[in-house]
Amino acid sequence: MPEAKSAPLLRVAHLKVAYPIRSSLLQRQISANVAVSDVTFDINPGETVGLVGESGSGKSTVARAVIGLVKPDDGVIEFEGRNITGYSRKQFKSVRREMQMVFQDPYASLNPRLTVRDLIAEGWRVHRDIVPRDRWTAEAKKLMDRVGLNPDYSDRYPHQFSGGQRQRIGIARALALRPKVIICDEPVSALDVSVQAQVLNLLDDLQEELGLAYLFISHDLSVIEHLCDRVLVLHHGHVVEQGNAREIFERPRHEYTKALLAAVPVVRPWLDQADEGRHPTGEPAA
Amino acid sequence: MTATAPAPAPAVNATMRHARRARRGVTVRIVVPLVVIGLIVVGAIVVPLVYHYDPLHADLLARLKPPGTVTSDGGTAILGTDQIGSDLFAQIMAGARVSLLVGVATLVISGVVGLALGLLAGHFGGWLDAALMRIADVQLAFPSILLAILVASVLGQGVGNIIIVLSISNWVVFARVARSQVLGLKNREYVEAARALGAGNWHLMFRTLLPGCMAPVIVVATTQFAQVILTEASLSFLGVGVPLGTPSLGSTIYNGTQYLSTAWWISTLPGIVLVILMLAFGILGDALRDKFDPRLRSA
Amino acid sequence: MTKTQPGTAPSASPTDAPLLSVQDLTVEFSTAAGVARALRNVSFDVRAGETLAVLGESGCGKSTIAQSIMALLPKPAGSIVGGKILYGGRDLAAERIPAVRELCGTEIAMIFQDPLSSLNPVFRVGAQLAEPFRRRLGMGRREAWAKSLELLKRVGIPDAETRIRDYPHQFSGGQRQRIMIAMALALKPKLLIADEPTTALDVTIQKQVLSLLADLQAETGMAMILISHDLGVVADVATRAAIMYAGRIVETGAVRDMYDHPAHPYTKGLLESIPSQTSIGGRLKPIVGSPPNLLDLPSGCAFNPRCPFATDLCREQVPALRTPTTWPAGHEAACHLSEEVLTHA
Repeated sequence: MPEAKSAPLLRVAHLKVAYPIRSSLLQRQISANVAVSDVTFDINPGETVGLVGESGSGKSTVARAVIGLVKPDDGVIEFEGRNITGYSRKQFKSVRREMQMVFQDPYASLNPRLTVRDLIAEGWRVHRDIVPRDRWTAEAKKLMDRVGLNPDYSDRYPHQFSGGQRQRIGIARALALRPKVIICDEPVSALDVSVQAQVLNLLDDLQEELGLAYLFISHDLSVIEHLCDRVLVLHHGHVVEQGNAREIFERPRHEYTKALLAAVPVVRPWLDQADEGRHPTGEPAA
Repeated sequence: MTATAPAPAPAVNATMRHARRARRGVTVRIVVPLVVIGLIVVGAIVVPLVYHYDPLHADLLARLKPPGTVTSDGGTAILGTDQIGSDLFAQIMAGARVSLLVGVATLVISGVVGLALGLLAGHFGGWLDAALMRIADVQLAFPSILLAILVASVLGQGVGNIIIVLSISNWVVFARVARSQVLGLKNREYVEAARALGAGNWHLMFRTLLPGCMAPVIVVATTQFAQVILTEASLSFLGVGVPLGTPSLGSTIYNGTQYLSTAWWISTLPGIVLVILMLAFGILGDALRDKFDPRLRSA
Repeated sequence: MTKTQPGTAPSASPTDAPLLSVQDLTVEFSTAAGVARALRNVSFDVRAGETLAVLGESGCGKSTIAQSIMALLPKPAGSIVGGKILYGGRDLAAERIPAVRELCGTEIAMIFQDPLSSLNPVFRVGAQLAEPFRRRLGMGRREAWAKSLELLKRVGIPDAETRIRDYPHQFSGGQRQRIMIAMALALKPKLLIADEPTTALDVTIQKQVLSLLADLQAETGMAMILISHDLGVVADVATRAAIMYAGRIVETGAVRDMYDHPAHPYTKGLLESIPSQTSIGGRLKPIVGSPPNLLDLPSGCAFNPRCPFATDLCREQVPALRTPTTWPAGHEAACHLSEEVLTHA
């Protein structure tokens, strides 16, 4: 556990985001859909905070608000003690490099017309002072190597890579800006099971090596349980339960968390059921 | 790489051949029109320089001569002469030169303007989008012939003016295609990913969105090219296009219509050149669309 | 989940003969880059009242099985180049497409991953539900409507009397999948093919849909082929499973046997790569590398580049499905080294 007294890297307090509903003709706002409200949490350096919820729970909205892709309607977001809630686009630019994002779909989140080198260097093109132009290729190759891609393939396009490799490209892109926090929005849910574990291990290694903090968003409870120090359970835009990951998974207090945990299909249901003397799922063992 | 293909069954060969033939078909449909267009372009540039007849030289003694006639000065008028005795081949080639010039210039101007406005409208949305698209609607509702007559009466006739008129009536198409493409791309995750990197409007519009718009825009450009040449021909045909004394395919066709029963070649031959040019561009546009279709592209 | 004995189910056949028997099925797709063999010598049986799961990752060919049975292979790219699909004394692989589709409308039904794209957005769900009754059974409008209402109630749509007049987009994802199930079951099929039926749904909804399917199966005695990538879902629903990799079945048997004693390194790798109680805070044990490209399969066993057990034999010779020595019948794996895999901790 990180020391409780040190200032959090990222602090989100009473976050509220509503999407306006506009009339089709005059674009006047008619009403608003509240996506999340009253979400409060801290992330300390080197820590992983999980955000769990089903579709429509608002977990992606929280991520998008934190990284400035949507404007919060209420609440405060602080990064290293600075209140960034009201930052203009220009002011936000300096925060962006400290805070990066890995997206869910490795097929859709990489521009199909750019090579891997250009994809990784895109951040350096935006933030000019990180890597001088003549070092882009070398640095991009270094990053490819770091995330487990063959640096010789730096001239290839995303469609020439498999899903897991593309997600590694996405991670390399985020790392290129040398951030302190990475927001992972369902980074493994589009990947095959056998590849998921590779990417989760990579994220784990990077955290250890670079001291990264993660805001990890997922609907997959076993992934959250594996990675996270602390967890927030979101339901219809509200946090229904938050706290130490181990505690929540072992002793859920809220009804919704209990229902969620109970619904996860167990890989070997017979192991739990054997104790209760119930007949195992499936046919009697041979 | 080790070829691990098993003993090829006949069905395998048939399907592979099919796929290969489909791909070769696209290549043929791109190369052939390009060659045809290239020949006409080269002809339009070279023929007026080396051919022994001046397209504007009138020789009333040698008027309405059929193709292949030997004229008084000993040369052969390959495609005959027109109603004032000018050589038709020289006229067609000079006309093609004007038509191609008008076509290319119009496409470049209207393409750049349309693409830029379409990008702006699509990227920023809101009132800018609404305003630009209403202007486009008004533009579409205004017939280009009327505009041409207006411009011709105010600025006078001339190749430059016809290019202006055609550009004004053509940018809308590019703007609409670019805008709809941007609207489709804008919500794609990779555009959002660029935004999350901190990319500004300039970077998003020109580095992220613009390359995604190019494929459909190029395809539209080829079909518009044929359209522009045709409009220029009909404007010249109506007498509000290029000024007298500048041969264009349209004006040559128009002049020949009165002599169709006695000298069919004056209208027909430039007409055939126009048709070939338009067909070539039409097929090229079609083939390019297939070429850019990711489903037909190999992995 | 199927607690009913197959013999007691209402429409189960009394004999032990399989309802559907797929034998040596081989399917090819021609793409611009070459011919991909999506299925290679796939064989399995399904008996009445039983649930067989087909488990595998994306691109392993599991959905191609469903497409082959239902004559839904995309034409002209995909075609069955070998093998048989035996159903009720007929070989569906050899029959003309319209004849197979006729059968599929009545005796074999299918539900898909994405219920929204499988429902026609411009018709009320009642009309879509009533269509099979009217077209296939020649029922009158009123009677078909009553039947539809009954079905909607059976699959657990609340307030069915009013919801039957709604359009597909007015339902939630889980409810849409329930409607798809209702449509599939309308004509009381003997076999239901469920292709990733809950992948697009949240876990709580997934649980409800899976238990609905199990209840309906117990009620009607139909057989089910569940296509899934989720080891947990398969364990929850199926008794037997076939695990696929690169177009082949690499292991088949009772789910519990395979999960407890995987005889193929791929199965073993899948089971180990899932985060579990024991892995918390530590590292996972992934399968190295990526799934192979069907256009460029490695020689020998397709899994060999990713396999920790691989030997020269594995790189040269494709292993056939076999029961490991000293192992009970019914559990087969396509691996030269099954015995070693089984004893490996």
